[in-house]
Amino acid sequence: MEPLDPALMLARYQFAFTISFHIVLAAFSIGLANYLMVLEALWLWRKRQVYRDLYTFWLKIFAWTVAVGTASGLVMEFQFGTNWGALAHRAGAILGPLMFYEVMVAFFLEAGFIGVMLFGMNKVGPRLHFLSTCAVAVGSLFSAFWILSANSWMHTPAGFSMAEDGRFVAQDWLQIIFNPSFPYRMVHMSLAAFLGTAMLVGGAAAWHLVRNSRHASARVMFSMALWMAALVGPLQIVAGDLHGENTRDYQPQKLAAIEGSWQRPEAGKGEPLRLFAIPDQTLRRNDFELAIPHLGSLYLRHDWTGTIQSLDEFAAQDIPPVAVVFYAFRIMVGIGLLIVALGIASLLLRWRGGLFECRWLLRCSVLMAPAGFVAMLCGWIVTEVGRQPFTVYGLMRTVHSHSQQPLSFVAGSTLAIMVMYGLVFGLGLLYLVRAVRQLPAETTDANQ
Amino acid sequence: MFMSEALLPDLAAAAIAFTIILYVILDGTDLGVGILLATRDDPDEKKLMVNSILPIWDGNETWLVLGGGGLLALFPVVYSVLFSALYIPVITMLLALIARAVALEFRADASAQMKRWLDISLVAGSLIATLCQGLIMGCFVQRVEHEEGRFSGHGWEWLGAFPLTCGMVLIIGYALLGSCWLVWRTEGRLQTAAKGQARTLGWLTLLGMTAILLWTSLSNPTYRDHLLGSSLSLPLLVLHGVLVAGFYWAFSSRLEFLPLFAVLGWFGVAFVAAIIALYPLILPPSLTIGQASSPASSQAFMLAGFAVLVPVTLVYNTWGFWVFRGKVTAGK
Repeated sequence: MEPLDPALMLARYQFAFTISFHIVLAAFSIGLANYLMVLEALWLWRKRQVYRDLYTFWLKIFAWTVAVGTASGLVMEFQFGTNWGALAHRAGAILGPLMFYEVMVAFFLEAGFIGVMLFGMNKVGPRLHFLSTCAVAVGSLFSAFWILSANSWMHTPAGFSMAEDGRFVAQDWLQIIFNPSFPYRMVHMSLAAFLGTAMLVGGAAAWHLVRNSRHASARVMFSMALWMAALVGPLQIVAGDLHGENTRDYQPQKLAAIEGSWQRPEAGKGEPLRLFAIPDQTLRRNDFELAIPHLGSLYLRHDWTGTIQSLDEFAAQDIPPVAVVFYAFRIMVGIGLLIVALGIASLLLRWRGGLFECRWLLRCSVLMAPAGFVAMLCGWIVTEVGRQPFTVYGLMRTVHSHSQQPLSFVAGSTLAIMVMYGLVFGLGLLYLVRAVRQLPAETTDANQ
Repeated sequence: MFMSEALLPDLAAAAIAFTIILYVILDGTDLGVGILLATRDDPDEKKLMVNSILPIWDGNETWLVLGGGGLLALFPVVYSVLFSALYIPVITMLLALIARAVALEFRADASAQMKRWLDISLVAGSLIATLCQGLIMGCFVQRVEHEEGRFSGHGWEWLGAFPLTCGMVLIIGYALLGSCWLVWRTEGRLQTAAKGQARTLGWLTLLGMTAILLWTSLSNPTYRDHLLGSSLSLPLLVLHGVLVAGFYWAFSSRLEFLPLFAVLGWFGVAFVAAIIALYPLILPPSLTIGQASSPASSQAFMLAGFAVLVPVTLVYNTWGFWVFRGKVTAGK
């Protein structure tokens, strides 16, 4: 471990704080954009008023999410200069174009059409309006594409050469964009955005259904959300497993930290599944370990005795903080399994009838409203803390990445950002809760 | 490669310049409307003012994001040094923009009391963001000390007389853009008031622009020599005179869009003059476009995208503006 520089630590906390805040908004806007596209398509196709009402309802919340998401994303784009000047200097020629394409392809698509989406129905007619919604939805996924490509490149750099002064020079843009971890991250994150949004929408619907199980729009919301949990939940576990294999091959230290594996097991014993442990970074071992033998090999190597590289095969200064990675991973997987369970329960209830009357399921859904986004945040903690102590994996250390700023500057800006984001997020949550309470119950549905 | 690599750095700089000027005139206009909100009391008028920029402000701000990403990609060392040097004004500007975004989006659904707070946030956010942009501009033109790709100053350079003057002038200039926007997009009492504001702000802006021009020319021989030596300077001056005449003539005509477009011309002329003064510097006092360029592989990859995508973006953004043409009314 390197000696601690307080300005560097604060800059890291500042980035962690802003990106956590931003990524929830970004994921929510990806999920909502696509949800709105489906709702409007259903409305145009089935002509049921309830879809139109739900569209109008979630559109307002979407507008807020995008506006604050854009503004909070803007902060991060400039933080690379203010706090991470050395990284910008060395890797800017690679990361910059990817971020540029994100803005060029995605942000403008979103920002250009969202005005029409919000205020233009009476001005352009339903068809052009639907096309605008599609443009925004596609734009949101393009946005994820480019920014995740940039992020993934820092995890699994490819397609570059190194100049004499240490700067990264692009050699092959296809290799850079489609770097080894990118496809997995893209799928895993997009599904996480959909699931997180579905859990929130489902939770809001369940809150109404507990009070009035005949609530027409809440029933539509709840049903759609739980189809998402039932179908995409298991898919996400497969995607996560594949992502894990990619990590095993490209970032072995991270996987060892996820598993809390300090030493390789003896031949034939296989990797255990550690359910709980208290990792000790200085003594390089776990305390109070609770593990099931062989199960780890099963999901890591898909056999009974396979092993992975362990933490003691790496120098102490090259491994991440183990405990954070270890716990965050377990919270993420735990929540993931709960979401799958909820999905399966909903399938059984649909088959038997009474999905909208089952009170324990509704209550669970309310409680799990934020679960998808919590799991997503934990996933990002796993991957971002897990790639420490590097910013560009194996090539550039975090301690060499920051601008030399006075502590007072970093402390002041961190405090200001925390206060500001706290206010904005508080206001936003208040607004969201208030809006959800006022979800229109009766729809003027002619065809029902 | 379809273009000579020697041309790349200048094209890259042109792309950045294009992005910046578009940001300044587009977001400058809606920041200006935000500033002018402080001058009106009537709730209906305030609502109209906000509604006139609500569908477009988000898209306008995207040019700032593009400028940030573009600078990082095309001139990483400038990005790294400049934003390290301007730490406080940059962060403050971004937070002010957030305060403003929140106020704009929540306003329609807020209670009367909440609305008062949001309006304060909207006005203050617009003012502070504009001031910071002026400080950034002034500090950049002044000089940014750097050694071997790292900022080497103390971080308070933006707190000088020249950057502060630039900040004040930019506030006046953006308010002018905002008032011209309102002349075009509103009617009745609000429009009449905006006309009065535009005339006054017009003179103040001209005064401010002249002051900045003289200040930079007198204090910096390099800039003065660039400006005096350029064959473009005289035509620009003439063009500016025509635009000023057009601006004041517009008020007695029925062309309500004309004041705005004339002022957009002023900003354009001033911007071109700034480029003449600076070129080939990209980070005064010493770093040139060629020295600061990222590798050709990055610049070519980006400029190809820029050449294809920016025209497309401009087309659909213009369509987005066109949908909401005409006078804003209380209904929506």
